[in-house]
Amino acid sequence: MSKVVYPYIPNSEPAVKEQMLKEIGIESVEDIFKEIPKRLRFKGKLNIPEPFLSEYELRRHVEGLLKKNVSCKDYLNFLGAGTWQHYVPAVCDTIISRDEFLTAYVGDAYGDHGKFQALFETASMIGELVGMDMVNTPTYDWANAIAISCRMAARMNGRKEVLVVGTISPGRLSVVQNYCKPDIRVELIDFHVDTGLMDLEDLEARISDKTSAVYIENPSYLGFIELQGEEIARITHNAGAELIVGVDPSSLGIIAPPSDYGADIVCGELQPFGIHMQWGGGLAGFIATRDEERYVAEYPSLLFGLTTTVAEGEYGFGEVFYERTSYASREKGKDFIGTCAALYGIAAGVYMALIGPQGLKELSEGIMQRVQYAIELLSQIKGIYVPVIKSPCFKEFVVDFEGTGKTVREINRELLSRQIFGGKDISQEFPVYGNSALYCITEVHTKEDIKKLALALEEILK
Amino acid sequence: MGKVKIRQDFQQARWNEPIIYEMSTPGVRGILIPAAEEEIKSKAGDVWQLLPANMRRKTPANLPELSQKHVLMHYLHLAQETMGSNIGNDISEGTCTMKYNPRVNEELVAHEKFAELHPCQDLDTVQGILEIYYRFEQIMKEVSGMDRVTFQPGGGNHAVYTAASVVRAYWEEKGQLDQRNEVITTIFSHPCDAATPATAGFKIITLYPDKDGFPDIEALKAAVSERTAAIFMTNPEDIGLYNPRVDEFVKIVHDAGALCFYDQANANAFLGVARAREAGFDMCHFNVHKTFGAPHGCSGPANGAFCCTADLAKYLPVPTVEYDGAKYYLDYDRPHSIGKVRDFMGTAGVVLRAYAWTMMLGADGLRECADVSVINNNYLEKKLLTIKGLSEAFAGNGYRRQEQVRYTWEELTEETGVTTDDINSRIVDYGIPHYWTSHHPWEIPEPMTLEPCETYSKDDLDEYYEVLSQIAKEAYENPELVKTAPHRAASHRRNDEASLDDPEKWATTWRAYLRKTGKK
Repeated sequence: MSKVVYPYIPNSEPAVKEQMLKEIGIESVEDIFKEIPKRLRFKGKLNIPEPFLSEYELRRHVEGLLKKNVSCKDYLNFLGAGTWQHYVPAVCDTIISRDEFLTAYVGDAYGDHGKFQALFETASMIGELVGMDMVNTPTYDWANAIAISCRMAARMNGRKEVLVVGTISPGRLSVVQNYCKPDIRVELIDFHVDTGLMDLEDLEARISDKTSAVYIENPSYLGFIELQGEEIARITHNAGAELIVGVDPSSLGIIAPPSDYGADIVCGELQPFGIHMQWGGGLAGFIATRDEERYVAEYPSLLFGLTTTVAEGEYGFGEVFYERTSYASREKGKDFIGTCAALYGIAAGVYMALIGPQGLKELSEGIMQRVQYAIELLSQIKGIYVPVIKSPCFKEFVVDFEGTGKTVREINRELLSRQIFGGKDISQEFPVYGNSALYCITEVHTKEDIKKLALALEEILK
Repeated sequence: MGKVKIRQDFQQARWNEPIIYEMSTPGVRGILIPAAEEEIKSKAGDVWQLLPANMRRKTPANLPELSQKHVLMHYLHLAQETMGSNIGNDISEGTCTMKYNPRVNEELVAHEKFAELHPCQDLDTVQGILEIYYRFEQIMKEVSGMDRVTFQPGGGNHAVYTAASVVRAYWEEKGQLDQRNEVITTIFSHPCDAATPATAGFKIITLYPDKDGFPDIEALKAAVSERTAAIFMTNPEDIGLYNPRVDEFVKIVHDAGALCFYDQANANAFLGVARAREAGFDMCHFNVHKTFGAPHGCSGPANGAFCCTADLAKYLPVPTVEYDGAKYYLDYDRPHSIGKVRDFMGTAGVVLRAYAWTMMLGADGLRECADVSVINNNYLEKKLLTIKGLSEAFAGNGYRRQEQVRYTWEELTEETGVTTDDINSRIVDYGIPHYWTSHHPWEIPEPMTLEPCETYSKDDLDEYYEVLSQIAKEAYENPELVKTAPHRAASHRRNDEASLDDPEKWATTWRAYLRKTGKK
C-alpha cells in the first residue's frame, strides 16, 4: 500500500483502495497481476529520479530547466526553414487551452459536435486559401503531408516515381524518402542556381509515363517564389502525372493559390497560423484536392463532413468515407491514420477567422515588404552578397557571406553574442550556394529589428 | 465518499451554432496585423509588382470576417459542444487511457522559454529542452528496459510506423528484405500494427485468438517462416487479457530469425510491473500522450516514444539527443539511420508535459498508476457484469482482465434491438463522453471497451455503472428512447448516414457543401 496519496490518483487513498479490493473479492492487487507470470515480472523498483510530489516543487524544477533556454523573445530571431516566428493571437491560445478541446479525443459528433465543426471550418478556410473543395484533418506536419500526397498520387495512377524539386527542404525530403521507400522512386529535379527556379529542361527530360507526380514548393524552402507554376503543370499533365504543390499558407494573401496554376494536390504547413514554435513541435500539415472520388478514396486521413440530423435545420457532422482508413480496414486501408495534430488545426482555424481576407493580404504584403527592405539594407554591407537568388522571395532569402572571410558559423556565433539568432547555415545543405545562410523575416520584425541585424553584421564584418 | 448521482437532467450546451461563414460581415476585422513602417514600405515599393500577373492572387481569400469577440464567442460555443476528458467522466474511451491532464503542465508548455524556441537555434541556447529530452529518454529506457529511445514520431501509430521502418532497414542491411517481407500481427492488436508495416512495404499475416481470447500460438508456429521479418503485437491486447505466453511468442519469432516489436499502447496496465525487456522484445513504443498524462487535443498533437535495443539503435531517426558530460547536443552523424519520420525533433510540448507528469509521480507513482488502474477495472467489471444484457469478450475464461475490458451488448441487442451504437449515443445524455466500441473488424459483437484508469474515483466508477444500468433498463422498457438518442447532446442524431459515403453529397468544406446543395 503506498503511503503517498497522489492528487492525480483519487483511489490511491488507502482506505478507498482497501474497500475496492474487498468489493472485488481479492486480497491485493497481486491477485490481478498473477496473470503476468513471475518470469516476465520486473523485479524491484524502477530506477528513475525521485519525484517532486508537490506542484510547487515540480514547477520549480521544470522551470529551472527551462530557464537554461534562451528564447526568440529573449533574442532577436531570423531563423525560419520550416518553423517560423509569427505572432500568435491571444484568442488562439485561449481556445486551444480550453479543457474541452485540449482533452477531448475520438468521441462522435454528438458529444463532440464542436470538435467536428471546428475542424470542418478549418478545412473550409484552407480550401478557400488554396482553391480546393476537399481538405483533410491535419497530418503530423508538412513533410508527412507531402509523403502522403505522393503515395496518394502513386495509388491513383499506378506509377512509381515522383519528381521532386531540388530545392525542397532537406528535412521534408528525408521524410518523403522514408515513406516512398517501399515502391516509389524519388528523384530530384535540377534547379537554376541563379534564380532557384526549377530547370524545366531537366523536368521535360526526366518526366515520362512512369512519373506519378511532380512536387514543387511555393514559396520554396530557400524563400523564392516558383514562378513557372503554369509551365510545370502543363509538363506534368502532358505526362499524365499529378502536380503536388506544397505551400506556406501565410504567403497566400499575395501569391496565387496553387489551383490557379494547375495543382492537383496541395499540401502545406499550418504552424504560421496561430501555433507557437515550441522547438519545432508546433507543426501540423494539411492536404487539399479537388472533391473527386478518385482523390478522396486515397486519403488516409480522417475527413469530417457536414450532414443533417433529425432536427430540422440542424447541422450534423460525421466521418466521410470511413472505410478508406486503417482504423476501419487495417492493412487494407490507405496507408495509416493515427492521432495527428487536430488541436493545432483548431488553432489555425481560429487564426484564419481572426485575420480574415484583409488580414491575410496585409500579412503577406507586410512580410514581403520587410524582406525587400532587409535585402536592401544587407546588400549594402561589404562582403555580403544578397539577393543570391534572383527571383522574388516571400519571407526567407539566402545571404551569401563568401566575401566576408568568415564562415556562417563564425558570424552566427558573433551575432549570438549580440543576442541575435542569425539565419540558418545552409552551407552543408546546399553547398552550391557556398558559405550562405537562410534568413527569415515575418510580421514580428520592425524596422529597428532589421536595422539592428544590419548594424551587427556591419560590426562583425568590419 | 461522495454521493453517486446520475445526471438525470443533464443538458449539453447546444448553441445551434452557425457555420462561421454564416456569421461573416464584409469589412469587419478580428485582429489587425502589425504594418511595416513607412520607411520599409517606401523602400520596398509595391511588392505585388515583384510577381508576374499569373502568380498573383486575383481575388482576396474567402475567409470569414468577424470581430474578435465574435470569433472568441463562436469557438467558445464550439468548445462547450465538446466533451473533453478533463470535464467529464471519461472512463469511456477504452484503449485511449484518458488520464487527468494536469493544468500545471499547460502552464509549463506556455512558458516563453519553451513556446518561443526555434528548432534551429544554437544548441547552447536550448540546453534546457535538450536536457528534458535526455532525462526523459533515461526514464523511458528504465520503464521499458530498452537501450535507446526517440521522441520524433508524432503519435503512437507513427512510432509503430517508425518500428516498421527500422525493421525494413535491418533486413535491407542484411540483404534479405526481398525474402523477409512478412509481418505477423494479432487481430486484437491495434490496427496500426497491421497498417504501418503494410505502409512500409510488408505483407501482413494476422493471428486470430484461441478459445480463451489469446493469440493462437499454434497459428503463430504455422505462420513464422524464413519470410517473417517481424511480429508486431500488443499485450495486454485491447480486450484486456495479458498474454502469459508472450515470451514464448517472442522466442518462436526469434528462433525464425525475425524481430519482435511490442506495441505498448496499453502500457498503463504494467508500469513498473513488467517490461518489454523481460519479455525479450527488440523494440517497443509508448503513446506518450496517453500513458504519461499529456492531453489528446481532439486527436493530437501527440507523441510516440519508439524504444529499441542497442543493436537496433543505429537505425533510429536523426537526430538523437546526446550528452558529452558537459553539454547536450544533437547527433546527425548516424549513417544507418532510417532518416526522419517528422521534421525537427518531434512534438516537444508532449515530451515536456510527460516529463513533468512523470517527475510528479516517480517510480512509486508510476506503479501506483498500474495498481489503481487494474483495481479500478476489476471493480467496474464486477459491477457492470451484473447488468442485464451485458457480457464481456471471452467471458468465463478464468483470466482476470488487466486495465480494460471489451464488453459486449450482444444479448441486449438480440433481446431489444438496441445496439451498442444506440447505447453509445444515449450515454452522452447523461453527461458522459461517447465510449470506444472497438476497432474494426468487430470480432466481438456489439462491443464496448472501457478503461477506468487511475484518474477515476470510486464515485466515477459507480456513476458509470449506474448510467449503463439505467440505459440497459431503458433498452428493455423503452427501446425507442435509446434508439433515437441522443436527446441532450450538442446535436441530434444524424438522419442520413449514407450521405457521408456518397460522393455527390459528402462535404468536408463549406464551399463543397454550398456547391453540392445548390446554395451557391
